[in-house]
Amino acid sequence: MDDALLYNRLQFAFTITYHYLFPQLTMGLALIIVIYKGLYLKTNQLIFNDSAKFWAKIFAVNFAMGVVTGIPMEFQFGTNWAQFSERTGNIIGQTLAMEGMFSFFLESSFLGLFLFGEKLLGKKLHFMTAFLIFIGAWASGYLIIATHSWMQNPVGHEILANGKFVLKNFSDLFSNPWLLPSFFHNQMASLVTTSFVIGGTGAFYLLVKKHHKYGMLFLKTAIITGAISTLSVAFPTGDLLAQQVVKNQPVTLAAMEGLFNAEEGAPIVLIGQPNMKTQQLDNKIEVPKLLSFLTYQRWNAEIKGLNDFPKEEWPINIPGLYYSYHIMIGLGTIFIGIMLLGVWYLWRKKLALQRWFLWVLLFAIPFPYIANTAGWYTAELGRQPYLVYGLFKTADGVSENVSSGNSLFTLLGFVGLYLVLGFIMLILVGKIVHKGPETTIKTT
Amino acid sequence: MEITWYVILCFMLVMYIVLDGYDFGAGIIHLFFAKSDDEKKQVMRAISPFWDGNEVWLVATGGVLFAAFPTLYASAFSGFYLPMIFILWLFIFRALGIEFTHLINHELWIKPWQKGFGISSLLLALFFGIAFGNIIRGVNLGGVEDGVAQFNHHYSFFTPLWDGSFSPFAEHPGVIDWFTLTIGLVAILSLTIHGAYWIILKTEGDFIKKLQSKILPLWITLLVFILISLFAFMAMKSFNKELFVQHPYAYILPFMALFGFIGMLLFAKSNKHWLGFASSTLFIISGIGSAVTAMFPVVLPSTNSQVPSLTIYNTSSESYGLQVGLVWWIIAFVLILVYVTFVHRVYKGKLTDKHDHY
Ligand code: HDD
Ligand code: HEM
Ligand code: HEM
Repeated sequence: MDDALLYNRLQFAFTITYHYLFPQLTMGLALIIVIYKGLYLKTNQLIFNDSAKFWAKIFAVNFAMGVVTGIPMEFQFGTNWAQFSERTGNIIGQTLAMEGMFSFFLESSFLGLFLFGEKLLGKKLHFMTAFLIFIGAWASGYLIIATHSWMQNPVGHEILANGKFVLKNFSDLFSNPWLLPSFFHNQMASLVTTSFVIGGTGAFYLLVKKHHKYGMLFLKTAIITGAISTLSVAFPTGDLLAQQVVKNQPVTLAAMEGLFNAEEGAPIVLIGQPNMKTQQLDNKIEVPKLLSFLTYQRWNAEIKGLNDFPKEEWPINIPGLYYSYHIMIGLGTIFIGIMLLGVWYLWRKKLALQRWFLWVLLFAIPFPYIANTAGWYTAELGRQPYLVYGLFKTADGVSENVSSGNSLFTLLGFVGLYLVLGFIMLILVGKIVHKGPETTIKTT
Repeated sequence: MEITWYVILCFMLVMYIVLDGYDFGAGIIHLFFAKSDDEKKQVMRAISPFWDGNEVWLVATGGVLFAAFPTLYASAFSGFYLPMIFILWLFIFRALGIEFTHLINHELWIKPWQKGFGISSLLLALFFGIAFGNIIRGVNLGGVEDGVAQFNHHYSFFTPLWDGSFSPFAEHPGVIDWFTLTIGLVAILSLTIHGAYWIILKTEGDFIKKLQSKILPLWITLLVFILISLFAFMAMKSFNKELFVQHPYAYILPFMALFGFIGMLLFAKSNKHWLGFASSTLFIISGIGSAVTAMFPVVLPSTNSQVPSLTIYNTSSESYGLQVGLVWWIIAFVLILVYVTFVHRVYKGKLTDKHDHY
């Protein structure tokens, strides 16, 4: 691979991975804030309003980071992937432009009002602004996933003689069978992150014996949303998405599972290291027949292996793909365990007493971020060597006029800048969490 | 269809420049004129509810450019690779300078963010001016050297940041030469005045008097740079009067620009604070409008004779995409008008400290 292509890919991968650290929290928090504001409207209990305000502060910082790292994403299609943009702009430009016009205007117009306007607006309107921000954030996710689904499973287009992809049917972009499973899986995954962040914060307050009331509320919220979202990430959404992969990218599925040869009654591998030389998994521990059952609902169904496909079609980084996938599902299983245990303790009203469990929740905070990133690496590495699956190779998409010196320069710049920003951002969030919710409840 | 989308694109771009332009101006004023903490607060108060919404006009304009004129998007963004990325980095400092400064109340935290906000606003205004200068001047499309194109695609080009001579008359001028730099200074000065009028319009207090007294010197400097750039332009190329001859009513644009420009000085001390802001807005809209009209239908001129200039016709998307795009664009635009009106009604009139951050 030539240097410029490598640096362009690294830069895109780095900047999008970093960008997505923020929206995965803001999309989930937007929902939680709406729920708290709604509960406040209904019950008039100040604790809900204080909590909504507290999470709105964390939301605001993450939102700002999401905005400043999102703008480079939008522009990098043009700067680093000019040939790709030129040839597919007619299609992916549509959905990206819609994101700007429909969701970013909505979010940015109402965020200012939401953050500063409680007194100006009154209770009901303030709830409405929270709700509109939620709609904007999720619509933004939807339109991005629509764009991405087209790249995974291109539909509704026609390829002209000059190689340009042009739109033939607009509604096909939105009835793409890949879109809904991917969207709901992604949104549920974003709620997983949010639940662990809220739960970890609640656990922290209980452990340091501060803001006890709020800590308990956060724990309860997190365990309810966490149980729902960790379960639905696996089933139905993860399962439905996996079926899309089997159908449209069977070679990708084989690589994700580390299946070199076709098998009837294929097992699910829990642990094992792909060995590309001997074409097998080393040291594997597996659950027999489960993969066949999950994909085809038949215990002995045949699953195709990598060797059933020409080598040129193989994803270029099979071990990377395999590990990403297994990290995602491995963590997903652990999350389900944690949250179900939480539900048990919550039901038995023993949550606050299980200090070891609070420690677990606190230290679990980074892991949903890792699972989300691993999930996206599964999707992106699985699509390689294509940018538009089966039709347009990544190597043909780069800007021919940007030299490797320039792209390495900007890659290093992004890395440096983002590391510093990440550090600053952690200080800020730490400060907000440390200060805690500002209570308006009068103690009697 | 191409023309409709081109009008939409120019409209969105001008909206962006008018709206985020006052944020840049406010940043520059924050850097140079706002000395005391109160004055600094007043500058921030005038822009903090709006800047994010204003910036979205740029994001959305980028998206529309991508969808409607993909070849132009690919060409300009990759050709001006480094300046583009610098702009992205500057945006980061500006946005966080606005959002993060007040979150920790310590001098060592506040000072760097404030400076970051001011300097990035100044440099952004400069870079946008330079970009505009490059678009007027043109680039070496196809990377032609000695009559042979270096790139496979007609839309590809590469412009170094500068070449040793800094002259627009060089064979392959860089992004920054003295002509584009002059346009950059014109942008800085216009937006500073524009931003000053916004602060005068939206806030109250003594600082307004101070700003009003700065307008005259700024305006005179602006006049000087505008004259230099006009003469330089005429030495480089001739005005393309074609469209103006065919459609004489287009002459109204340069005249409106002139009125706006005069108004920018005339209403400096006026008590009707909206007049100054209206003038600078008129100047920006019709100034850019005149330039765009004079170039029509070219969007990126070629400086060599082998590769034709990029026009709205050879860079646009296919017509089906443009048609459905128009339907959703109109729907979205109506919605945007509703939100913007709502937000500006909540924040109507002068903003005082009751509108400040939490
Ligand atoms: C908290 C995060 C998280 C967790 C626990 C899981 N996922 Fe996931 N997964 C994602 C976060 C994620 C993601 C980052 O959101 C992805 C990337 C693209 C997408 O739509 O969602 C994704 C993609 C993704 C794909 C698509 C890969 C491709 O496009 O090629 C499949 C097949 C699965 N997931 C399956 C699962 C299954 C069966 C899980 C069972 C436990 C699971 N995921 C847990
Ligand atoms: C939905 C929106 C997304 C779109 C449209 C998109 C598009 C792209 C494009 C154009 C590339 C460059 C070419 C390539 O090397 O494949 C790319 C690469 C990549 N993206 Fe995405 N991406 C999206 C979301 C994400 C997210 C959220 C992540 C990670 C958190 C991600 C991770 C990556 C990685 C790791 C690569 C590099 C792949 C490689 O080098 O093999 N993407 N993506
Ligand atoms: C290559 C892919 C992506 C591009 C081009 C992109 C673009 C952007 C841009 C330009 C912004 C700033 C908007 C503003 O000014 O208000 C932004 C923010 C945002 N993006 Fe991305 N994004 C990408 C990937 C994703 C993905 C995969 C998701 C999630 C599904 C996502 C969700 C969001 C959300 C919710 C925001 C709002 C800001 C926030 O809440 O933090 N983006 N994105």
